[in-house]
Amino acid sequence: MNEALTAETVMMKGHEGDELEAYLARPDGAGTFGGVVVIHHRPGYDSATKEITRRFAAHGYAALMPNLYYRDSPGASPDDAAAAARAKGGVPDEQVVGDVAGAAAYLRGLPGCNGKIGVVGYCSGGRQSFLAACSLPFDAAVDCYGGAVVRVPTGAPASMKPLIGLSKNLSCPLLGLFGADDQFPTPAETAELSRTLDEFGKPHEFHTFTGAGHAFFSVDRAAYRVEAAVEGWEKIWDFFGRHLAGKG
Amino acid sequence: MCTYSTEHVPATGSGKGATGWFRLSEVSVYLDHPAHALAGHTLNIDFLNPAQGPSARVAVELTAQTALALARAIESTLAAAPPGLA
Repeated sequence: MNEALTAETVMMKGHEGDELEAYLARPDGAGTFGGVVVIHHRPGYDSATKEITRRFAAHGYAALMPNLYYRDSPGASPDDAAAAARAKGGVPDEQVVGDVAGAAAYLRGLPGCNGKIGVVGYCSGGRQSFLAACSLPFDAAVDCYGGAVVRVPTGAPASMKPLIGLSKNLSCPLLGLFGADDQFPTPAETAELSRTLDEFGKPHEFHTFTGAGHAFFSVDRAAYRVEAAVEGWEKIWDFFGRHLAGKG
Repeated sequence: MCTYSTEHVPATGSGKGATGWFRLSEVSVYLDHPAHALAGHTLNIDFLNPAQGPSARVAVELTAQTALALARAIESTLAAAPPGLA
C-alpha cells in the first residue's frame, strides 16, 4: 500500500435527482477497489471529515462524502451551512437516504470499482449510516457512536424517529464503534440494539472502548482518545477488508 | 453526544459577519459540539439573517460558565440603564 491518492470535489445526483457537491478520494494506480460512502457529522462537510475520506482512499477504497447541507447552502462554509441546517430543524431522514443512495451509485459507476460498497458515518452520521444500511443494499456498514438509534433525545424534531425498529431490514454486516463514557448512545442502548439485531439474525460486531466518550475519532477535538481511535481504525480496516474486497 | 434542541429568538439589531455588517432577523441558541472551541460541548449562539443566506451569521461558542456570566451581564446592564434608554 503506497497510499497514493487523488482527491477532488465532484457533483453527484442525490435525493430526487438533486445536484449535490461531494468530496471524492480514490486510490491511484491500476487495480480494482471497493467503495465507501462517508457520512459527515453534524458540524458538516468539514476539513476533518474530508481528511477521513482521504484516509479511506489511502487504504485502497474509493470514498465519497456527499455534502448533506448543499441544497440550502451552496458555496457556504461548512460551519455556516451546518448552522443553517440546524436552524431549519435538520435534514430529513428520507433525504439522507436518497443522498446516500446517489453516492453509492456514483461509486459503483467508477471505472475499477469492484461493485462492493460500504457506508460509514460519525456522530449523527453514525445514526445515518445505520439508517442507510437498513434502507439500501450495502455490503458493509460502520456506525461510529451514532445516537438516536434506540431513543430520540429531548428537543429533537418531531420528524426524527428511533431507528431500532428498522433492524430487521439491515442489509449487511454492521460494525459498531462506541465509547463507554458516551451518554448518547449509552452502552445500555448499544447493548439493546445488539440484542435486537441478534433476534433478527443480523451479523454485527460492536466494540465499546473504555476511557472514551463520544467523538473519540475526532483528532481536532477535545474528545479525541488516541487508544480508542487507533484500535477503532484497525477494526474498520479489518471489517471492510473482509467485506469489500474482491469482485462484487 | 449531538443535541437537537435549539432555542429560536426573533431579533432586531445588527451583527458584523465575515463580509461586514448586516441586519439580524433571528438568533439560534443551543448546546452542542463546537466547530472551533476546544471543548466537548459549548453554548453556541448564531446571530442570523437567513434571508441573506447562510453566511449572514455571527457565531460564538462559549463555555457554560462564560455563557452564564454573559447572560447575567446582559441582564444587569439593561437593569442599570437610565430610564427610557432600554
